[in-house]
Amino acid sequence: MGYRKVAIVGAGLTKFVRRAQETGPELSYLSSKMALDSAGLKLKDVDMITLGTAPDAFDGVHMKGEYLLSGAGGNNKPYIRNFVGGGTGVFAPIHGWMHVASGACDVCMVVAEEKMSSCHPHPQGAFLTIFDHTTEQPLNPTLIWIFALEMRRYMETYGLTSEDIARVAVKNKKNAMDHPSSQVAGNFSVDDILNSEMLAEPVHRLDISPASDGAATVILASEHVAKRLTDKPVWIDGVGWNLDTSYWATKDLYYPRYVEKAARMAYDMAGIKEPSKEIHIAEPYDPFDYKELHHMEGLLLCERGQAAKLTADGYTARDGNMPVCPSGGALGVGNPIAATGLMKVIEIYLQLKGEAGKRQVPGNPKVGVAQAWGDLMQVGTVTVLRR
Amino acid sequence: MNEQVGIIGVGVSGFAPVTPGLSFKELTYDAAVKAYTDAGLHPKEIDSFITASEDFMEGYSIFDEYVPDQMGAVLRPVHTVCGDFIQALGVGCMMINTGHFKTIAVEAHSKASNINNLHAVRSFALDPVYIRPLNENTEFIAGLEMNRFLMESQNTAAQCAAVVVKNRKNALMNPQAGHGAVLTEDDILQSSPISLPLRHLDAAPASDGAVMVVLAASDVAKQLCKQPIWIKGVSWFSAEGNVWARNMASAEYARKAAFKAYQMAGIRQPSKEIDFAEVCDEYSYKELQHMEAMGLARKGEAGYLTETLATSIDGDLPVNTSGGSLGVGHTFEASGGVKVNEAITQLRHCAGVRQVKNAKIGLVQSWRGVPTATGAVAILSNE
Amino acid sequence: MSIENVPVKGLNSAEYDQALKVTCQPDLQYNWDNGIGIGKYLQGLKNGVILASVCEKCGRIMLPARSFCELCFRPVDDYTPVQDSGVINTFAICHVNWDASRLKPEEPRHLPAVIEIDGASPGMGIMHILGNIKPEDIKIGMKVKAVWKPESEREGSITDIRFFEPI
Repeated sequence: MGYRKVAIVGAGLTKFVRRAQETGPELSYLSSKMALDSAGLKLKDVDMITLGTAPDAFDGVHMKGEYLLSGAGGNNKPYIRNFVGGGTGVFAPIHGWMHVASGACDVCMVVAEEKMSSCHPHPQGAFLTIFDHTTEQPLNPTLIWIFALEMRRYMETYGLTSEDIARVAVKNKKNAMDHPSSQVAGNFSVDDILNSEMLAEPVHRLDISPASDGAATVILASEHVAKRLTDKPVWIDGVGWNLDTSYWATKDLYYPRYVEKAARMAYDMAGIKEPSKEIHIAEPYDPFDYKELHHMEGLLLCERGQAAKLTADGYTARDGNMPVCPSGGALGVGNPIAATGLMKVIEIYLQLKGEAGKRQVPGNPKVGVAQAWGDLMQVGTVTVLRR
Repeated sequence: MNEQVGIIGVGVSGFAPVTPGLSFKELTYDAAVKAYTDAGLHPKEIDSFITASEDFMEGYSIFDEYVPDQMGAVLRPVHTVCGDFIQALGVGCMMINTGHFKTIAVEAHSKASNINNLHAVRSFALDPVYIRPLNENTEFIAGLEMNRFLMESQNTAAQCAAVVVKNRKNALMNPQAGHGAVLTEDDILQSSPISLPLRHLDAAPASDGAVMVVLAASDVAKQLCKQPIWIKGVSWFSAEGNVWARNMASAEYARKAAFKAYQMAGIRQPSKEIDFAEVCDEYSYKELQHMEAMGLARKGEAGYLTETLATSIDGDLPVNTSGGSLGVGHTFEASGGVKVNEAITQLRHCAGVRQVKNAKIGLVQSWRGVPTATGAVAILSNE
Repeated sequence: MSIENVPVKGLNSAEYDQALKVTCQPDLQYNWDNGIGIGKYLQGLKNGVILASVCEKCGRIMLPARSFCELCFRPVDDYTPVQDSGVINTFAICHVNWDASRLKPEEPRHLPAVIEIDGASPGMGIMHILGNIKPEDIKIGMKVKAVWKPESEREGSITDIRFFEPI
């Protein structure tokens, strides 16, 4: 059976900031208008829209998708919201891919928005309610607990040091200095990271990406429309997603097996057999610095336990053998959860087109993978793009 | 979309005002076991899973975390759609039409009884800058709509009350309905006001329950199932998102979704070709408004059709034989699932005393409730 | 078309304080039905016992107790008490509260851990808190045991176990 090909033909991004003046719908409008302009399209050319945004608790609106729709171009359109926690940013284009690859439409706009600053006293508080309300919330858990627990398990399993991990934050924050949307870019040293406030051992403040407001949009098109609009379509070659059990304490946290399963699903579709060789450029989700390493291994880009060494050796630098997070990632650009994932997809898109400006990696990359993660250490979402 | 998708299994648990013996996981597990058994498949054989849910209806941030176990979907491709069951059904159809998936399980559930102050959750959906500060009970929006709809269509409040009487009586014949009752129009017209002309008995009470269906591509459906229920058309639409800019009289979202679904199903004269319809009646006037929007009645005629029993079970166009949300209880994101379940039951000719004779083509429609103008429509058939 | 100029300018703290804002303090209340599995688990805690579920098909002894095995997709065969001791799988030493406010220097650190419970299947852990231990002494692999509230104070909650302390 012939599969319909789907391409990314336009993209837009807002700046990622700690507190935007713009409302959620306004943020969605700004990135969507930019994406439409970049594709040479108007809203009337868009057949269907899918919007991804993470917990309603951030923006402080129930049925957040309905609240955002007027800003995301959803008035008088078939519009739907997809939601897989933190994995949403990379899942949203997968949802968009379903719209076009099925033949339901030719042009689908994919929007990702987050306005975490609405949540007081601190967006982190919204995460209290991701824990099981009966067996975990009475212990007053904090979001940072799960990362600290997972980071320690990962470090201990492979004998990694805090320096090994901090190198990722250094790399990404430096990469982000060349990203127009970046919120927390800068030239930091490993010592700067390790001297920052210890929040939950072994996690320091600078090991963590910030809470942010921001939005991102991509325009997807079927093959015949894409070829009319651009001579440089970037194809969505493979998609994969996977959700692990809600009983998160019953699995060993050192390895994200759900990311591997999602990756295999995407690689199979894309015909990729040796990802560590065939993937030229990667944007794994890096809300905490150790996560980039964790996810590189889950994405089968290297052997388990080896990601830290590759980072130390410069393998994952922009001019390295396999650039990882050339955008600057969440650690450097910012982390408005759903918009971050889509920002990563946009980065791969720009890199494959050779239009990443100062961030462009050399060597004419042709195949890239973007990945996001979410829920309670459960969800992996993976997209493979090919020029 | 060229690939025809069939429903090869369905399972429900509920629907009742309270379900204290089961957690939401167990309620969904119950529906899932029935759906998989009906389909003759183990969840390991299902290619992907979709849940329709909203965080604040569950009391969790990121409810998606808690869905895989009870669907048998651990370490499988699962995702959540924040929308109605029929929207999730539509996504399942799209996934099968990509050619990469053969079978999809779609579930939604309601544990509305676990929310102590549903009005607070409803009000949390209001625009935080322009509407929520007015501090009104959110259902005032339904009152505004009902007022304008009745004025423009010339349907009457008494005819809306007739909808309630019909649906709650139908529910008495539905063993899965939670709010069957024998009422008179006066009971409704004299019930306490919510936001006039909307009164207490015009509004559907809430119910708990879970629904799951198993979808299959046509080759698999024909192989596994003696009588697949075919999804001939499915579509969803959002009209004007901002309440203050909205045309309150006509349900544009229902019109647009229905006519797209009709086009997909090759239906040209809906009022003649549709054998029965499960239409959203979260508020009594909604049944009339939706019927007219979807071309099942001419403008101003829906109330008359109700009064003259044309929409009763043995009428020309039976509407809400299940009892609708008014009679079953409103199950929020699962309400589309309640309707799909009824349509399947009718099309399999298993509806007993509620059976519509010679049922071949049914319409199911959902609306996401105040303050939205979003809804979905599907056309189902046993041929 | 590289992306050079992006819209949105952030507000600094002073600008944010000055900006027009609408506030809302939601009051959303839920009473979740525990159902069969968790209901038994909580009843077990009230009785001073950690209850697990047994699936004879995959052989797992699962925590927390549940009424169906999510991997075999069948009802569990039995509920069984397991020990109230275990081994630390991972832990953290936390200096912040749930709302990101910092703990005061004199307040004790929060010590969450994943504890693999003895008697359950390997790797079967629950999240809980450690107590009666200096943070710097905690090690992965340490043996710990539950410290329960006295019977009269137990409510059928995960907090019926005060914390886990080293054996």
